[in-house]
Amino acid sequence: MGSLKIVPILLLLASPALAQTYGVGRAPSAEELAAASITISPTGAGLPRGRGAAAEGEKLFKEKSCASCHGEAAVGGVTAAPRLQAKKGPEVNAWNREWGGNGIPVKAPFATIAWDFINRAMPLGNEGSLTPDEVYALTAYLFAINKIIPWDQVLDQDNLAKVKMPIGDEWARVPDWKKPGSPRLAGYPY
Amino acid sequence: MDSKPSNRREILKGGALAAGAAAVGAVTKVAEPALADTTTPYTRNVAPMVPSTDVTIAYGTRSHYVNSVRIQEAGRAVPKIYTDFGLSAHIQTPLQDSYGSIQASSLHYFATTKGSFVPDIDPAQHTLMVQGLVERPRIFTLADLKRLPSVSRFHFIECSANNHADNHKDVQESHGATSNAEWTGVLLSTLLKEVGLKPNAAWFIAEGAEEIKGADTIPIAKGMEDVIVAYAMNGEPVRPQNGFPLRLVVPGFEGIFNTKWLRRINVTDEYQLNMDDFGHLRKDLTTATLGYTWGPKSVITFPSGSQKLPDHGWYEITGLAWSGQGAVSKVEISTDGGKTWHVAELKGTAYRMAHTRFGFMWKWEGGEHVIMSRTTDDNGAVQPTRQQAAEFFKAKYTSKYRPPGLNNTIMPWKIAADGSVTNGIA
Repeated sequence: MGSLKIVPILLLLASPALAQTYGVGRAPSAEELAAASITISPTGAGLPRGRGAAAEGEKLFKEKSCASCHGEAAVGGVTAAPRLQAKKGPEVNAWNREWGGNGIPVKAPFATIAWDFINRAMPLGNEGSLTPDEVYALTAYLFAINKIIPWDQVLDQDNLAKVKMPIGDEWARVPDWKKPGSPRLAGYPY
Repeated sequence: MDSKPSNRREILKGGALAAGAAAVGAVTKVAEPALADTTTPYTRNVAPMVPSTDVTIAYGTRSHYVNSVRIQEAGRAVPKIYTDFGLSAHIQTPLQDSYGSIQASSLHYFATTKGSFVPDIDPAQHTLMVQGLVERPRIFTLADLKRLPSVSRFHFIECSANNHADNHKDVQESHGATSNAEWTGVLLSTLLKEVGLKPNAAWFIAEGAEEIKGADTIPIAKGMEDVIVAYAMNGEPVRPQNGFPLRLVVPGFEGIFNTKWLRRINVTDEYQLNMDDFGHLRKDLTTATLGYTWGPKSVITFPSGSQKLPDHGWYEITGLAWSGQGAVSKVEISTDGGKTWHVAELKGTAYRMAHTRFGFMWKWEGGEHVIMSRTTDDNGAVQPTRQQAAEFFKAKYTSKYRPPGLNNTIMPWKIAADGSVTNGIA
């Protein structure tokens, strides 16, 4: 057993890739990696298991004090926290629905963006305290009051990324700024 | 000897204190200079000898005659209370009082998401995890990072909200959300080599440890080029408002990418548009494209808005120039509203993505003047006038015009016949 363990280590030490490193730092444990892995892909990868619908979300919106900043029915006007229910609905273009703040529940190209924002940044003063079920329910509530999904649709780790967001394809993709030193905008001399 | 101050000295001292009190919380102005006492024999002490204290010996303070302070960005409510979420703090540096090319750490501009709140991080408890599409994910303590080869580089960081407009009365309001410091830390490329990138690594997400875990997606090519994981600024640990104990410095990219309180680097194969990236969402590609990195930019800090030239004669017109794409190669000054241009002197070495001080000696012989500076970077990109930007984008020009993306246009200052300086945007 012992010799079987030693052989791969010797091979690694001999490889040029490892020889170039300083060997500083330590490998994270599986638990540490899991605790850190909070970024959510637009494809839904990284979402934890869970489920929730608008009715529970509406209750949580009051219980978790969301309404005390964002207003009853998420129409704002209480503090500087933005309204989360756009003034206008699907009858107008997503860019013109008169949201508050960044307009995430309406303007986000991916449903996962709204989920991620609530999960990491809310509620104020107690960030990161919501369970996955609660985040799914609050996301469903905000989507439902903005008429993005039906009131009774249950959101979960498998269907969240499939929600069709109102902005559709009408947003600028990441420009070609990937190569250092490339011009800011082709043809722009400034 | 006579230990009692003369009446004249008391008047001078009292006057300076009163002026100092008035300047706190307000923009400092060039005060009418009090006449210096030049007739007392030099053997007599005209300034009182004041003992240092434990505090001033331990860390030092500036003279109480120096009252230059940071201010909240014009037009933003001052966030004071806990419920002021969304009232991000944008605290601007007093460029009108700056010298040389760096900002003192205590005056470096900063912006936050939660009013004036910043996380109080115990550095012994703080770690940086590098994970994702890497061969060997690693956790680094601060002590680990300090064992690795360090770099010390001058870089500016500038907020996308640094958008000068016709209602700004001075250079602190118009340009105070950019600052330059000497950043010391480890190149991110060193850490990425340490963990070994997988072939499909294309982006990295830099994430902070603050309440919202602000996260930005940055091209891996930039990460391998010149990004710094900084633990120090201007010779001491990074200050809490600037990201203590670790911050990312992404040279030339707009401020928000320079992730503060850095705790995690997550290497991915996709642009995730999460959190801070969402703020870059735009409808049209031009605005989006011009919203990531700063073009060549400069501003005159003297003479600038709210200042006054006391008399005709020689002055050094001075200011700062920088570019998010490279080093400043040239600064030109116009004193006739852009009709003619003169090459200014660059003060010291122009570093890549760093403020560079410039100066130009000018004799004011009276009359009205519109003065402006224009910089060219080492890629040949030139700072445009507001009118040139409008013309390029086929927009109707008014004094309210704002170019798409980050605003790097030329800032005009108007000198009136009485020497007073005001915003020259027209």
